[in-house]
Amino acid sequence: MSLLEIKNLQASVADRQILRGVDLVVNPGEVHAIMGPNGSGKSTLAHVLSGKSGYEVTGGTVTLDGIDLLALEPDERAARGLFLAFQYPMEIPGVATMTFLRTAMNAQRKKRGEPELSTPEFMKRVREEAKKLSIDPEMLKRPVNVGFSGGEKKRNEVLQMALLAPKLAVLDETDSGLDIDALKIAAEGVNRLRSPERGMIVITHYQRLLDHIIPDIVHVFSRGRIVRTGGKELALELEERGYADYEQEAAA
Amino acid sequence: MTQATVTKSEAERQIADAWTGVKDRLPGAAPLTARREAAFKKFEAAGLPNRRVEEWKYTDLRALMRDAKPLAQPPGEIGRVRARAAGAILSGVDLRRVVVADGVLLKDVSDLGGLEPGLTIGSLADALTQGDAEVMGRLGAQSPAEKDVAFALNTAFMGDGAVIRVAPGVKIARPIHLVFCFTGPVPAAVFTRSLVSVGAGAAVTVVESHEGPDGLDYQVNTALEIVAGDGAEIDHVKIGTEGAAALHVSTLTAALGRNVQFRDLNFTIGGAAVRNQIFARCDGAGSTLSLDGATLLKGRQHADATLVVDHAIGGCKSREIYKGVLEGESRSVFQGKTIVRPDAQKTDGKMASHALLLSETAEADHKPELEIFADDVVCGHGATAGALDEDLRFYLMARGIPKKQAETLLIQSFVGEAIDVVANEGVRDALTAAVMRWLEARE
Repeated sequence: MSLLEIKNLQASVADRQILRGVDLVVNPGEVHAIMGPNGSGKSTLAHVLSGKSGYEVTGGTVTLDGIDLLALEPDERAARGLFLAFQYPMEIPGVATMTFLRTAMNAQRKKRGEPELSTPEFMKRVREEAKKLSIDPEMLKRPVNVGFSGGEKKRNEVLQMALLAPKLAVLDETDSGLDIDALKIAAEGVNRLRSPERGMIVITHYQRLLDHIIPDIVHVFSRGRIVRTGGKELALELEERGYADYEQEAAA
Repeated sequence: MTQATVTKSEAERQIADAWTGVKDRLPGAAPLTARREAAFKKFEAAGLPNRRVEEWKYTDLRALMRDAKPLAQPPGEIGRVRARAAGAILSGVDLRRVVVADGVLLKDVSDLGGLEPGLTIGSLADALTQGDAEVMGRLGAQSPAEKDVAFALNTAFMGDGAVIRVAPGVKIARPIHLVFCFTGPVPAAVFTRSLVSVGAGAAVTVVESHEGPDGLDYQVNTALEIVAGDGAEIDHVKIGTEGAAALHVSTLTAALGRNVQFRDLNFTIGGAAVRNQIFARCDGAGSTLSLDGATLLKGRQHADATLVVDHAIGGCKSREIYKGVLEGESRSVFQGKTIVRPDAQKTDGKMASHALLLSETAEADHKPELEIFADDVVCGHGATAGALDEDLRFYLMARGIPKKQAETLLIQSFVGEAIDVVANEGVRDALTAAVMRWLEARE
């Protein structure tokens, strides 16, 4: 069985249709890249998958491990194994990063009927993963993302992903706002999380992120749907020729 | 010229009757009698504060008080039993309990043994009866709250309360808990007055809590005066957990000398209608005062925080952060006035009030005021009112945290900013736990 199946997904925001029939199948172990121009609906796809309010699904289905994802609340989707790495991670004043991580991990475990993590076990895991991402443990005592640099915020997203160990990770423009060094650290973190059981969707406007996270399959997204699918070489082609051809094609 | 004819309200007539009946029996002799008389005249001339009085615009006491309850009787046996159990919100915290039940300081129920050297705690009624010169000199004299009518009513009717004195240079580590409770069994009115006098270079933490039964529409008018000597360090926390039908009017005054550190937290979750007024005045340079508030309201609760910070002298710093969480049809009021007198140069004053509206029908009124008569100052204010941030909630939910838990976490952090200023860990944890209980009881 495939991990994620999106069939003819249509969605609108304030009566304006954004997604116009998306079809996508992600199997365990695969990394898919979705590339497309600004405003093509890439981020909307990520938001609809994770259950953000304000979007109306007007048609189609989405299943994760055979379960109807669209019927679930965002927290239930997360507990089922979906993870969205935000393009703009939120700052949460007053909530320490540690508290946030622990609350999230235990909430998911509870929903899956697993016992809560003991404090030493939790601390051990956080320290290990933070170290791999060169995150200063002191930073984890600070409120979530408050005063973090762009790179620190994205690394914090990857840290959450590592700790929550999702079945399917959706990375929304993880490269935006990062310089090349920060990008490399984030990409290395993501690469460590590639596994035969896990699927990933990497959403990006630019090809440069895909130099570091090499996808198995590349999709071109335009005007609310996938207009072309190919191997990793498709990304290079896009880099050279831009999206202009696809935009005309999708409009036609 | 036409003289406005003011028809007295039922409550105003009842207060006048009560005054006639009780004035000769109140504690204190000649100079105080005159002060009480003058205070009552102030009330008689102005009537109960109402919406036509700018300072009381959002809390119309005249309309809120449909009647004035008779003065409370001293607690009987059952009352004493209840008084012993009062203040449980801070159970487990190492505090020195001083219990004032139905307006009477109960020595046998209070923890007055083994006072630290330099600390004295007594009853106001005793001090007034004995004509204690220091108490008589300080009580309401040149008070920053002088002009307020609710405070004047307190001066007229005050019967008992605590008098706490800390000698110069003495640092009291164990917080003092003033436990105010109304025990019933029938609705009544309570007027308590307390005085905290802290000598130069001394330090003390005073926590006051107020409570009473949910089913009775009792009325509390309480006042606490703080006088701080040079270099004193004072932490004050007021915990408002009055019964659901109670009317509670509270006045806190603080007259600060030089280089004083004064921290105040006003925590309000109880009462039907609550007015917390604070009048703080910097009489010496170099002082820092922080006045913070955390208010959580539901149903039709009304809570008003009215602050006046008077920078009579320059070179002082004032900080105010008030947080309100409002559910149902509740209403919070924040009025913050910062006065900078003509010579109070180098004043640094900042004030912020924020309200989180959890329902469509809740209301938050903010009225910041700056009256600045000096030209070399830094003063500012900010106010916000809004719903929970949906994007923040989504972020938490996207990590697997259920909706209610996500909201609880966000509200807790919102209120936490104010509560975190409390230096005593036990008190801080008790308040955090009270917030958690309030949040868990949400629908």
